[in-house]
Amino acid sequence: MTQVATLPDPLEEVAPPRGHSGGAAWALWLLRRLGLAVLTLWLVSVLVFVATAALGDPVRAILGKDFDANVARREQLQGLLNSDHSLVWRYFHWLGGLLSGDPGTSLANQQPVWGQVSANVVNTLVLVLLAALVMIPVAFGIAMISSHYRRKRPDTVIQTILLALAGIPEFVIGILLVSVFSTSVFHWFPAVSLPAPGERPWDQPKAMVLPVLTLVLAVAPYVSRIVRATLLEVLDSDYVELARLKGIPENVVMRKHALLNAIVPGIQVIALQLAWLAGGVVLVETLFNYPGVGFQLVDAVRNHDVPMVQLLSMIIAGVYVLVNLVADLLSILLTPRARTAISS
Amino acid sequence: MTATANPPAAAKPKSDSFFRKALRQKRFTFGFTVTLILIAFVLLAPHFAPYGERETAGLPFSKDGVFGTDYLGQDVLSRLMYGGQSILLISVLATALGMVVGILIGVIAAYSGGWWDEVIMRGNDVLLAFPQILLALVVLTAIREPKSWVIIVLVGASHAPRVARVARGVALGIVSRDFVVAAEALGEKRSRVILAEVLPNMTGPLLAEAGLRLTYSIGLVAALGFLGFATDTGAANWGLMMKENQLALSTQPWGVVAPVLMIAIFTIATNLMADGLAQASQKGD
Repeated sequence: MTQVATLPDPLEEVAPPRGHSGGAAWALWLLRRLGLAVLTLWLVSVLVFVATAALGDPVRAILGKDFDANVARREQLQGLLNSDHSLVWRYFHWLGGLLSGDPGTSLANQQPVWGQVSANVVNTLVLVLLAALVMIPVAFGIAMISSHYRRKRPDTVIQTILLALAGIPEFVIGILLVSVFSTSVFHWFPAVSLPAPGERPWDQPKAMVLPVLTLVLAVAPYVSRIVRATLLEVLDSDYVELARLKGIPENVVMRKHALLNAIVPGIQVIALQLAWLAGGVVLVETLFNYPGVGFQLVDAVRNHDVPMVQLLSMIIAGVYVLVNLVADLLSILLTPRARTAISS
Repeated sequence: MTATANPPAAAKPKSDSFFRKALRQKRFTFGFTVTLILIAFVLLAPHFAPYGERETAGLPFSKDGVFGTDYLGQDVLSRLMYGGQSILLISVLATALGMVVGILIGVIAAYSGGWWDEVIMRGNDVLLAFPQILLALVVLTAIREPKSWVIIVLVGASHAPRVARVARGVALGIVSRDFVVAAEALGEKRSRVILAEVLPNMTGPLLAEAGLRLTYSIGLVAALGFLGFATDTGAANWGLMMKENQLALSTQPWGVVAPVLMIAIFTIATNLMADGLAQASQKGD
């Protein structure tokens, strides 16, 4: 991750200097960063392939006792996986297919995997974006309240709750929410989402509440703690002190002077958490039967459906790399000092 | 969260004084006590559990006993006590493995510096692109009925790159300090410099990291059980219990809620412990 100056010097910030010949430097920075992302994705593809194809025998795992008895089925599966070729050949064959939009055939239903994932990708993106939309204002709000009362009672209480929440696994939070709001105490929301064929999960908004709430509760504590730490640092700085001495009301100081400076570290931690969500949804989607990539991945792993697992893990890793790239770019654009460092 | 880059202030902190310092942190003492109580609860299962691990106590999903019975009619309280054993053992071993491998990678990267550092940490970034649960799932695809050691290795391996990043950060602050340079100037072997000079000065932050990793290990192992990737399907396991009894969540909630609460309390306790350790190590003496 790119190191960004978390606290730009206020004096430099008065007139954000933009480089005159910055264009070329920008292009170079972007190119390097993109190259790094591609390199990471390539290494990820090697890792995914080795983990799924070289560490065990998926055909044996699928057939179990039938491995010796059912020769026809065994040969059909081995044909789908090209088992008679060498590992290196199979890797490049798969990589070529992945790049040209044909990443293999599902071992579970003999259909190309490419066509089976798109709806689930959209479903997961909707879930994660909804969770982020709720989580970001909540996390920043809690951080502002907490830093306003720093080291007094409300702050201590909030921090203890956040610390406790941060440790609990997300599916545990989810099950507790289900038992409280769905099955045992209140009966407000359905415990699982069961969209009819052709229906999208958000056609039943009530079924979306608990999955989104679970993700928010799983992620908000981290973001909130980091933003609070940054806010406290900014609130101790000289220019905030100056603003206070000038008689600017405390809530304006918080909004205009402190919060703006906490946004960049906030973006970094939000990006990390969003990327984490891409994998964290695995458990939450399974728990709520939500038809997204995580649900599909667990299903594919249970069925030992190697091509499907390979594609889904590449998608999740790709999202991670992309989110980090965007976060780095945003951080640079929003930090005047880092901006000038590149273009000058 | 606890990615502290601060080296401990003391040149040679003794571990017992560090422990005493940590005990002064209220959250550490609380977390530590709760963890010890839970460990005792789990380890004493053979002596105090009302029924055996696989013993039928009544009808399925009945209200007999403290927490009722599960989907096979086994006593939930007994399953709860036995079910912590495998989780605890696997989590601790996986954490230990992840810590040892991660620390080795991180310290070697920091100590070698330059080109090696760059290559090692780039490779590390690739592993970080996988959410931890995903790394385990990808490998489990090609394996039928995983053994315990497979889960330990997978969870440990998913910790290693994260530990490595923290360990490198801590070690970077130490490798350039005078006593390390002096040891090198005296012609000490590299392995000896790392073991005798660098590592002992990293105990504080690394203990905090270990606490955090233990928290995540418990969550991960339970999650794998919940997804159905348990090592022995007949044995009690908190994660598996949730999956087994999920059907009767509305009529016999204890079958699910009891193991969920155990995991919640356990992870809160270890996380508080880790945070207390982190604060103690930041304060120095």
